[in-house]
Amino acid sequence: MDFALIWAFILAVSVFVYVALDGFDLGVGILFPLLRDEEERDTAISAIAPVWDGNETWLVLGGGGLLAAFPLAYSVIFPALYVPLIVMLLALIFRGVAFEYRVHSRKRKWFWDRAFFGGSLMAAFSQGIALGAWLQGIEVTGRAYAGGWWDWVSPFSVATGLAVICGYALLGAAWINLKTEGPLQQRIESLIRPLAAGTVGFIVAVSAWTPLLDGRYSLRWFAWPTMLYAVPVPILVGLTVLALWRSIEKGRALRAFFCAEALFLLCYIGLGISVWPDIVPTNITIHEAAAPDKSLAFLLVGAVVMVPAILIYTAAAYWIFRGKVRHGGYHH
Amino acid sequence: MIDLTDPIVLARLQFAFTISFHIIFPATSIGLASFLAFVHWRWLRTGEEIFLTLFDYWIKPFAVVFGMGVVSGLMMSYEFGTNWSVFSDKAGPVIGPLMGYEVMTAFFVEAGFLGVMLFGRDRVGPRLHFFASFMVAAGTLASAFWILSVNSWMQTPAGYAINEAGQFVPEDWFEIVFNPSFPYRLVHMVFAAYLTTALVIAGTGAFHLLRNNENQPVRKMFSMALWFIAIIAPLQILAGDQHGLNTYEHQPAKVAALEGHFKTRSAAPEYLFGWPNMDTGEIDYAVSIPYLGSWILTHDFHAEIIGLDQFDRQDWPNVPILFWSFRIMVGLGLLFFCLGLMGLVQRFRGRLYDSRLLAVSALLLGPTGYVAVLCGWITTEVGRQPYTIYGLLRTVDSASPVAAPAVATSLIAIVLVYLFIFGLGTVYVLRLLAQMPPDSPAQLSRSLLDQGGRRAVKILKLLKISRGAR
Repeated sequence: MDFALIWAFILAVSVFVYVALDGFDLGVGILFPLLRDEEERDTAISAIAPVWDGNETWLVLGGGGLLAAFPLAYSVIFPALYVPLIVMLLALIFRGVAFEYRVHSRKRKWFWDRAFFGGSLMAAFSQGIALGAWLQGIEVTGRAYAGGWWDWVSPFSVATGLAVICGYALLGAAWINLKTEGPLQQRIESLIRPLAAGTVGFIVAVSAWTPLLDGRYSLRWFAWPTMLYAVPVPILVGLTVLALWRSIEKGRALRAFFCAEALFLLCYIGLGISVWPDIVPTNITIHEAAAPDKSLAFLLVGAVVMVPAILIYTAAAYWIFRGKVRHGGYHH
Repeated sequence: MIDLTDPIVLARLQFAFTISFHIIFPATSIGLASFLAFVHWRWLRTGEEIFLTLFDYWIKPFAVVFGMGVVSGLMMSYEFGTNWSVFSDKAGPVIGPLMGYEVMTAFFVEAGFLGVMLFGRDRVGPRLHFFASFMVAAGTLASAFWILSVNSWMQTPAGYAINEAGQFVPEDWFEIVFNPSFPYRLVHMVFAAYLTTALVIAGTGAFHLLRNNENQPVRKMFSMALWFIAIIAPLQILAGDQHGLNTYEHQPAKVAALEGHFKTRSAAPEYLFGWPNMDTGEIDYAVSIPYLGSWILTHDFHAEIIGLDQFDRQDWPNVPILFWSFRIMVGLGLLFFCLGLMGLVQRFRGRLYDSRLLAVSALLLGPTGYVAVLCGWITTEVGRQPYTIYGLLRTVDSASPVAAPAVATSLIAIVLVYLFIFGLGTVYVLRLLAQMPPDSPAQLSRSLLDQGGRRAVKILKLLKISRGAR
């Protein structure tokens, strides 16, 4: 069995689940300044409070899984992305504690509302920057990162940073649209189309830019026969956007949310087509970075049992808190 | 002495700082999750609302502490890569899968059921709600299992081979997970978490008892916590002793340093006080008890004890830090034992809630469990130096190729953010604990009714039945 390939797939799925889930709760944070009063903010927080912690755990699985399955990639990528990663972690700290702190703070609730917004925004931005910096290639000598601590800054990485902010805001809007009712829902619903248009704009820009970064990326997208895999992706993106438009028109909030998520999935697949089979783009492949089979097999046993169980009880938790958030939200 | 332009020194400072902050939260959430699951179970079994009151009271600080633990733990799981990349590359194939198991069997379990535990009472039945509390507690213990396995493997590596790329690769997973120091460390840490939490609960109870010793939930939490301390404190001393013997077997240099034994000798004394001088190899200002040092480590008064002179100077850990962190931990452990004993005596005299001395002692010792936990970890971690993987990989050879300014900047940012965030979190927790739990059942029922929902009505019915039965 090709354990490295299996683990690359599991990790890819984990990172996608992270993006799909934490994306919408970070997005809710990004939209926070658009909420008009205390009550709206409480409702928005209640729409994500029972699930955000589980969503963020997929990020820990992404980090931990990378260390376990591809230690070489972990030890090259993380120093290369030192600054964006530290910023992301500090931002996640601010927004993570804001959930509880805004309840307990007497006079400074406004501060924690802003911290929640700022933390969500910075976390999204640094994730996007990390993505761009990773995609544009990481310098390696021997088994270590060979670049400086500012290499991650580039027009391209800033563009991917903004793209992720816009995309997460889209997911957040689709989630609020799904979980709330009344004026709040109506106002947020009207934002979904502009945000989707912005996201598609970023997708087009980043897709056009990526082949220019490295010759290998352009070969992947414009040469025969690999083009065969690549061509359906933009077509499906177009169809998804159409479906999203129609769902909004008909007030189908759940379908609109899944359309927004589908956009992310398609971009993610496109990204996979671009970088395959590298794990550190242009330098280290999945197989070169893989831990020995004995490590991969040991963890696989756990993953085969636990990941379906995790998915089941995560789904159960979402089911328990299904439907519109009640007035005033949840308490403990 | 400390070179602040050295990226490795900075990375060590950063790790020491972040992990010291972090350990406070799991130490609390492991103990508190078990306590909450326990009172939840008592409530389900007996229907006595006092247990529900205690659950509602303690779940609020638990939620704050748990949130702080999640975010500070996230930092830890990335710091291995950002600051210790060579270590990660080399040790990843062994410790990575253990951490992967921690995420899958602990973090997800905690996170998945926490939402239901915190917010789910009016959404699920009482039994499923209890199950959620139970799973959160089980998750915290599973997390302790895996992360202590990782830490223990770094202290007493086993079951590995080294490949041509210089990586540690697994040979025997059973030997890796259950490496020689793991069982001792796990038991010692779980007891520490339970003891720390019991001290916090006893301290909170004492704080309220001193103002009003008629409040039933306060009396209940004080009584439960003191039972716990009376049972766990002596067990912890036993576990610590066994852990020490195990360390002496596998890491004699660490034990020599924490006992201040520079020279190998038989019938070694036990230093109670003093300042280890690493230049002269003497304990300055020493106060010692003859023969006791040999007895503690070998349970024989005359046995020869290995001193630091058996090891190269470059392989020594920092002696004064170890010597003192160890003494503070042990001293506090003995005080906890005395508190447990005092609680038992007053209980049998029927003065558990009236003794001012007991309440004041419990209040003063309330936060000191954290000091003991920190000193314990400092002892074992500083004692592992100068290695990350004991005897095999040096700390200086483990760090990332990241420039000093990057590490320094992130260190400053982390210190500022942590002090602000976690300082404020502590204020919020203390503010919650300063509130007296509601005593009258009517008050409780109304607060349940205010939440609305059919579950609340169900709970109220259950309450009436149990009140009728009594």
